[in-house]
This record gives sequence, C-alpha cells and structure tokens, in this order.
Amino acid sequence: MTDAAELRRRTAELLAANPPATTDRLDFLKARFDAGLAWVHYPEGLGGLAAPRSLQAVVDTELEAAGAPDNDPRRIGIGLGMAAPTILGYGTDEQKRRFLRPLWVGEEVWCQLFSEPGAGSDLAALGTRAVREGDDWIVNGQKVWTSSAHVARWAILIARTDPDRPKHRGITYFVCDMTDPGVDVRPLRQITGEAEFNEVFLTDVRIPDAHRLGEVGDGWRVAQTTLMNERVSIGGMRIPREGGMIGPVSKTWRERPELRTADLHQRLLTLWVDAEVARLTGERLRQQMVAGQPGPEGSGMKLAFARLNQEISGLEVELRGEEGLLYDDWTMRRPELVDFTGRDAGYRYLRSKGNSIEGGTSEVLLNIVAERVLGLPSEPRTDKDVAWKDLAR
Amino acid sequence: MSPESPESLAGTESPATPRSPGATARSGNPNGTDNPNGSDNPNGSGNPVGKTPDLLYSEDEEALRAAVRDLLTDQCDAPAVIARTESDRPHDPELWKALGDSMGLAGLLVPEALGGQGATHREAAVVLEELGRFVAPVPYLTSAVVATEALLACDSDAATTLLTALATGRTTGALAVPLSAGPAAPLKAVRHQDGTLHGELTGIADAATADVLLVPGDDGALYAVDTDAPGVTVTAQTALDLTRPIARVSLDAAPARRLTPDAETAVHRALRAGAGLLASEQLGLADWCLTETVRYLKERKQFNRPVGGFQSIKHRLAQVWLEVVNTRAAARNAADALATRSPDTDIAVAVAQAYAAPVAVHAAEEALQLHGGIGMTWEHPAHLYLKRAKADSIAYGTAGRHREALAELVDLQAP
Repeated sequence: MTDAAELRRRTAELLAANPPATTDRLDFLKARFDAGLAWVHYPEGLGGLAAPRSLQAVVDTELEAAGAPDNDPRRIGIGLGMAAPTILGYGTDEQKRRFLRPLWVGEEVWCQLFSEPGAGSDLAALGTRAVREGDDWIVNGQKVWTSSAHVARWAILIARTDPDRPKHRGITYFVCDMTDPGVDVRPLRQITGEAEFNEVFLTDVRIPDAHRLGEVGDGWRVAQTTLMNERVSIGGMRIPREGGMIGPVSKTWRERPELRTADLHQRLLTLWVDAEVARLTGERLRQQMVAGQPGPEGSGMKLAFARLNQEISGLEVELRGEEGLLYDDWTMRRPELVDFTGRDAGYRYLRSKGNSIEGGTSEVLLNIVAERVLGLPSEPRTDKDVAWKDLAR
Repeated sequence: MSPESPESLAGTESPATPRSPGATARSGNPNGTDNPNGSDNPNGSGNPVGKTPDLLYSEDEEALRAAVRDLLTDQCDAPAVIARTESDRPHDPELWKALGDSMGLAGLLVPEALGGQGATHREAAVVLEELGRFVAPVPYLTSAVVATEALLACDSDAATTLLTALATGRTTGALAVPLSAGPAAPLKAVRHQDGTLHGELTGIADAATADVLLVPGDDGALYAVDTDAPGVTVTAQTALDLTRPIARVSLDAAPARRLTPDAETAVHRALRAGAGLLASEQLGLADWCLTETVRYLKERKQFNRPVGGFQSIKHRLAQVWLEVVNTRAAARNAADALATRSPDTDIAVAVAQAYAAPVAVHAAEEALQLHGGIGMTWEHPAHLYLKRAKADSIAYGTAGRHREALAELVDLQAP
C-alpha cells in the first residue's frame, strides 16, 4: 500500500531527477505522469499508483512548495473531470495508454459532444446518428453548448446507433477526432456578448470502432460516469470565505459608502450568510469525502451556487447604481477559459444566468434530489418503452 | 404522524470521522479537537480565522445521538407531549430525570472535577438535535447550556456549588434574561439592595420549573435566587410554544447570592452559547419536519397517486432538504467553534442563527401546509414544531439581530 511517506519519497525523487527550475514544463509533467504522481488514485502505468485519492494532496503540496509547474487544470477541465474517468472506467487498455497521458499533461485538450438543440434536459433523446461501416462509424448530427471545441483535439461523443430501441438503449459512446474534416466548429454567441461555447456540426465524420468506449448500445450507462463527474467538478470546488461572488460585492460595499442603502444592506447581509453557509456545506462535503463517507449532499451544491451567483451578481449591479447601467464590453470574443467571476458586475450577472442551466437545470436537479435522495416517486415516464424513432419531437 | 420514525433523510451518514480516543475537546483544552483536514486553511490567506473546523460527527457523538434518540423514542411520543402542553406541568420530570440525571446529559458542559462530563458543545449540540427532533419538553437548553455557561464564567464558591448541582440534573437553573435577548442585547437588571433583589422580569424561559434563577443586578453583578425563597414569585405566561414555557418573575426583597461581579460577561457567554447551540435544535426540528412530511406524502394518495409524486411538491421538499443540509454545516460549525474556543466563534454563531432560524420556520411551515387538513389539527404534532420553530426564531436574538451583529463582525457596515 502506498502511504504518504512513500509518496513524499517518490515526489522527492521526481524533483531530484527533474529540477523544476531547469526542466521544460511539458517534460516535467510527463515525468510526473510516468512516476505515478499525476493522479495517485489511478492505476500504475496510467499516471497513478493505485493509492487513496485523499493522498493526492500530499504530492500537490510538496510539488507546489518546490515550485513545480502544474498542468493548468482549468484549461483541461473537461478532459480531467469527465473524459478521463470515463476512459478509465470503460476504455480498453490500448485506449487508456493512448489517451490519458497527453490528456493529463495538457498536450491534448478535450471537449464534450453531448447536448443537442433537441436534447437538453432530455439528453437521452439525442438524435446524432452513428452508422456502422466496416471498421468505422459514420456520424451525422449537430451538437451544442460545446466549450473548448475550438481548441480541442478530441471529444467525448454520444450518438444514436439504434433508433428502433427505446431512447436510453440505442446510444453508443465514442471518442471523436476533432481534426476530422467532417467536424465544423462554429462559435455560439451568448447573452454576455462573447462566444464561450460552440455549435459543432458533424457531417460524415468517420470514427474507427477502436475509438468506441464501452459496448454498442451501452452509451447511456457510460455517460453516467461522465455526468456524475461533471456535477462533482462543478459543485465540489473548495472556496475561502468571501471566495465566490460575494467577495467583489462585499469589497465594493466597504469601499463605496456612498452606494449604501438600508434595503441593500439587509439583502447583502442575507446573501453573505447564505454564501458563508454554502461554503461551509462545501467544506463539510469535502471532509466527508476525505473521511471516505461521501453523502448525497453534493447534489445540492450546484443548486445552491447557481442561485447565489445569480442573486449576488444581481444585487451588485443594483448596488452600483448609475454604473450598473453600463457594461464593460460587448465585443464578440472566444475565450479559452470559462470565467465565472471575472470582469464586471454586469458580466457576472449575465454569465451566472447559465449556472442554473448548464450541467443540469436547477429544475431537473430538484427532481433528482427529490427522487434519489428523498425517495419520492419518479416523474411519469411516457417514453420509457417507446422506440426512439417514434418519440414526439 | 408520530416522531418515532426519525430516520434522518438529510443526515443519513454513517459514523463519521474516526477520532483518536480522547481526541474530543475537553473544556480547558481548546485545542484538543481532532482536525481531519491537515493544515489546510479554508479561509484564504487574506482572511485567517483559525483552524479548519471539524464539521463531521465523531463515532462517540453518533453513539450519544443513538442513545438519546432511543430514550426519546421510548419516553417522548407526540400524543403525550401534546397532552402535557395543557397540564400544570408542561415539563416532563420523568424524561428530564432520565436524560439529565441517569444519562448525565445535564453535566455535559461541566468539568469532571465538578461532577460533570467534561464534554464540549459538540456533544451538547448532538443532544439538542435530538431534543429538537422530538420537541422534547425538558429544560436542557436553558439549564444545562445557558445557565451552566453563565456559571462557567463565574469565579466564586457560590457559582461552583451551583454548577455542581446543575450538573446532576436534579437541580435546574434558568438565566433571568428574556428568551428573546440575543448576545448583543442590552442587559436588563433588577435593583440590588442589601443582599436582596427587587424588580420584575418577563419572558424567562423554563423559570416556572427552575430551582434557581440567575439574575443580573443593577450593580453589575450576577446573583443566584432560589425560586422557593420568600419574595420570589414565578408566574407562568401563556406561551406560543407550550413545550418551552415562559414566565414572569417578581422579586420583592428576594435573598440573593452573588455569583460574579461581572454579569455582562457571564450573560454574554451564556447567550452566545445558547444562540449557537439553538441552531442544532433547529436542525433537528427541521430534519423531523422534512422526514415526516416525506414519509407521509409517499403514503398519502389523491388523484389516484401519491401526493409526493407531484413535481411542485417534490421541488418544495427538495428545497427544504437543501436548507437542512446547509443548516447542518452551519450548526456544526458553530458547535465546533464554541467547543474549540475559536477566534471565529462570534461569526460562526451569528451565521448559524441567522441561517438556521428561518430554515426551521420554513421547514415547519412546509410540513404543516404539505400535510393538508390533518396538519391543521391539534391532534397532529405538526403544530408543536411550528410553534417551537417560530419561538426559536426569536429566542437568543432574531435572525435580523444576528445579521446586524455580522455587519460589525465582518465589516459590512450599515449606511
């Protein structure tokens, strides 16, 4: 069993052999991966040492202290948070060897081709078709809300392989090459003025069967791994006191006494309390995970933060008064990173509207809490035993 | 319809953090808590507020919870609580004897040297969760927490003697400060003259059954007054929450023993602990409301389907669940801060009470509404929870008062 002392020893070895000051960033990251110190809970040979996940902090702390470069996790969040666990869970040995190392070091960026114009909350109704042709699959359809698609090398993709079966049972999961000539990525401009996301049109895209993840028709189950990890990564982040959106508005309040009103004061204090309690709930969840007792509490974190971000940023626009009538910049851009807290209050107000839609709408998440946590009856499922091709659309 | 099914929905967690034996903080050892988080500082470098709080329940705490819940399940059923509310003895002396004396819970916060358990606010908070879950009519919060805390701040033989007595549970005390007063409220004192007290106080929780009152005098000192002494009249007031009765206290040359010359410090400490741990009572109360309402709505059928299957109702219950989950983190944070004497305690308590008070009211109001007509009846226990939740929202300072305190504490000043 790999313990903390062993990890410290291995980390020291890595640092001795590859001094961060004189080693190329990418070379260092590759050496770290090969030493099993990338994600210690992954298997040996795939960047890990099959160690307890909680021990990752030991390695990270040592490396940070030594000034070692990191893999810029914000830039490759979809790869790390969604593609990697799915590949690990369902990939062949060949796929794991091929994809995980360049994914982790950041040489290859990943994106997610799941949502469609006609399949949002009802993702399983998706209509992008994949048809078998020899050793390949030919894919046609349209995906949407794809962040990072314009910089991605690979995508995780779910497509319909059997329209005659009920919707959950005719889906297959693939790895899609974003450099295929049939992949057309177009920016999708949002209410903030920028295009953080894309639409992706797939026209006769050819995917080798060797790039299928899991069995044919089993894609919905495979996708659950991806989606569970998405919610964890959206809601499970640790934040310091005043570390979220309550930070900037509190700062403005302190610095600009002329903006204060009694009404805003009451609302600000209420939201400050809510934000602090949400932070404590996140911290409690983290402690549960460290103690090896993950509870259902995580399901609520995303709901809480969506509401908080929206209400706090809305308050901040109002607090700013005349300045609240302005907006920093409507110029169309294609940012590489999702930025929830950057820019001014108006941007935050608009961007946070997406927080209750992306990664599961708040309405769907409330259903999930009610059904899976509280055990209340499921929504009526009129589509359960109907072939996908016969569904209303 | 009964509170005998308190399997917690929002709190279903297996025994939590393994703590090394003796790691539970003891009073006098503020740094004794086990910290499962290593050296992480969750507050960011710009906002240091001490150690990361331990927000989980230890195995010992879970064992304590189980024991208290077993006892309450046996001895505190809703019909009996309802019947007792209109009797001459709103408190249940048998239940209090079992909890306070036999189980030793009255002395949790009292050092072992004084006959107590030498435990901390973390354990007391767990007891209060269960008492809230059953709206138990016992003077635990007022005597074993608030009066005890006041005495712990006193340095006198009279205080030590009284602490030792309260720790047994056979004597109960009540702080003679209105239940509505929060930690920052101005102290209301009675006239002190030649070793006796004169004056009238109202809204004193659990005074009618208390043996001793702790009374602030106008000379700044805190005094002990026996309720059976001459010149002391305690008259029950008609309370909104009949499970935590309140009374008027008249003192007419009542003989008084001086406990400390500094009543303000003692009362502040007592009310701060009361406010902080009340959040755990509110947590238990809200958790019962959620759990019982969910249970009922899975069974109750209208329009040929379980009422709990309607989406509007599912969403409302899911919302209450979120609030209960949040309240648990806030309440644990306050209890841990009190137990470890964290420099963050004032903020932790104000946050907990500002958050938990409206959640408990919301959970109780939802329980009543979602039970439909049956929830409006005297026979159904929902009203016990509503009345307790509403009274709790005033007890030890309203949420608004605690937000006012926060405005100072975290420098978000009023206009």
